[in-house]
Amino acid sequence: MPLIIRIWALLEKINNMAFSKEEIAQRIAKEIKDGFYVNLGIGIPTLVANYIPKGINVVLQSENGLLGMGPFPFEGEEDADLINAGKQTITTLPGSSIFDSAMSFGMIRAQKVDLTILGAMEVSEHGDIANWKIPGKMVKGMGGAMDLVASAKNIIVAMQHVNKAGESKLLAKCTLPLTGVNCIKKIVTELAVLDVLPEGGFKLLERAPGVSVEFIRQSTAGKLIVEGEIPEMKLD
Amino acid sequence: MINKVVSGAEEAIKDISDGATIMLGGFGLCGIPENCINALVNKNVKGLTCISNNAGVDDFGIGLMLKQRQVKKMISSYVGENAEFERQLLSGELEVDLIPQGTLATRCLAAGYGMPAIFTPAGVGTEVAEGKEVRNFDGKDYLMEYAFDADFAIVKAWKGDTAGNLIFRSTSRNFNPVMAMAGKVTIAEVEELVEAGELDPDYIHTPGIYVHRIFQGKNYEKRIEQRTVRAKT
Repeated sequence: MPLIIRIWALLEKINNMAFSKEEIAQRIAKEIKDGFYVNLGIGIPTLVANYIPKGINVVLQSENGLLGMGPFPFEGEEDADLINAGKQTITTLPGSSIFDSAMSFGMIRAQKVDLTILGAMEVSEHGDIANWKIPGKMVKGMGGAMDLVASAKNIIVAMQHVNKAGESKLLAKCTLPLTGVNCIKKIVTELAVLDVLPEGGFKLLERAPGVSVEFIRQSTAGKLIVEGEIPEMKLD
Repeated sequence: MINKVVSGAEEAIKDISDGATIMLGGFGLCGIPENCINALVNKNVKGLTCISNNAGVDDFGIGLMLKQRQVKKMISSYVGENAEFERQLLSGELEVDLIPQGTLATRCLAAGYGMPAIFTPAGVGTEVAEGKEVRNFDGKDYLMEYAFDADFAIVKAWKGDTAGNLIFRSTSRNFNPVMAMAGKVTIAEVEELVEAGELDPDYIHTPGIYVHRIFQGKNYEKRIEQRTVRAKT
């Protein structure tokens, strides 16, 4: 078999083994505990709501001013006055409450929210995160991300390990403008679950089924710490 | 009771002139003062500094003012839904101050509470912190951020009374109550205007002291940005 075909076949195989966005969300959902107030960011984090373990009570916070975010409304029952931070139509639940934007970030700043899950373009081995701006190309703004990462006691980042060009997004130092410094402690990607250690470095905890430690090492530009056998991620 | 009622959007905004700093309530297109935005578009005042969490979409909300080049400077936290905004920003035509959403809300709150500044950890160590005073409290760094100083605040409420008391509905509350407190002159447009005494004082979100002008708006479009639904099972 010609080399190029072999490489293509290998990449294809890895693509098939790597977790999908849904599977990343499913893995993150396992970190949610009974009684948690949780803020979910836009993108993969939003999907986490679909996989919250049965039998536990969790309250979702939407930073535009809602605690107790319910599912999407039934068709025909959409309410323009009731949206989440991603501007999607949603519903309330028994026990929901509504408040203004200042109180919403008040409860975030005061660490009443137990867990924040958000996306990232880059994370550094010191827990810095960049997710709001690509100079000269994309300027959408930070929204509530800077407030969340500066205050949350527990943050999980859901992100792609490598970009479309195959370049690592887990770096020694972020190249994009920062959203927050030294704040990220856990990352779940299509390839792995990692902790960011206080002294610096990505500690490999789990790998996606069939993905080798070596492949994760090649996909991680920052310092990767591997100790002992690395188990495969389990979704249930 | 002091009567705050004006005839409509046109009268409410009559003294907003070129170069004014205005706050506009809403999150995305939810809870935006549609009537006043349309009146500002018709009046075509220029050189405005707008403080608003978002910048509307290309053909609705603040997007309409951007299209007419009425806005000199935008102070927002997230502007991702507006292609014209991004174009004007990247080309340098529009001055933009992107600030964290909680900082935006709390700078409004500070203005309404009579406090000159706040301390927040949001943005520490990022470009948002450039040129700002950093103070350390109990081992953690905080940025000093000033209260907003806006000539006008324009908000949208669900119900209001002739004394200027306001009640908001669902998540269209968002920035509206904090901006209502923060303007030197606050204009409120409401879906339903009632006589003073008809609203239960226990259920008022914004006391009338913060509101200078109020009117019942009309033809609310209440556009939905992301219509997401689930199938009936």
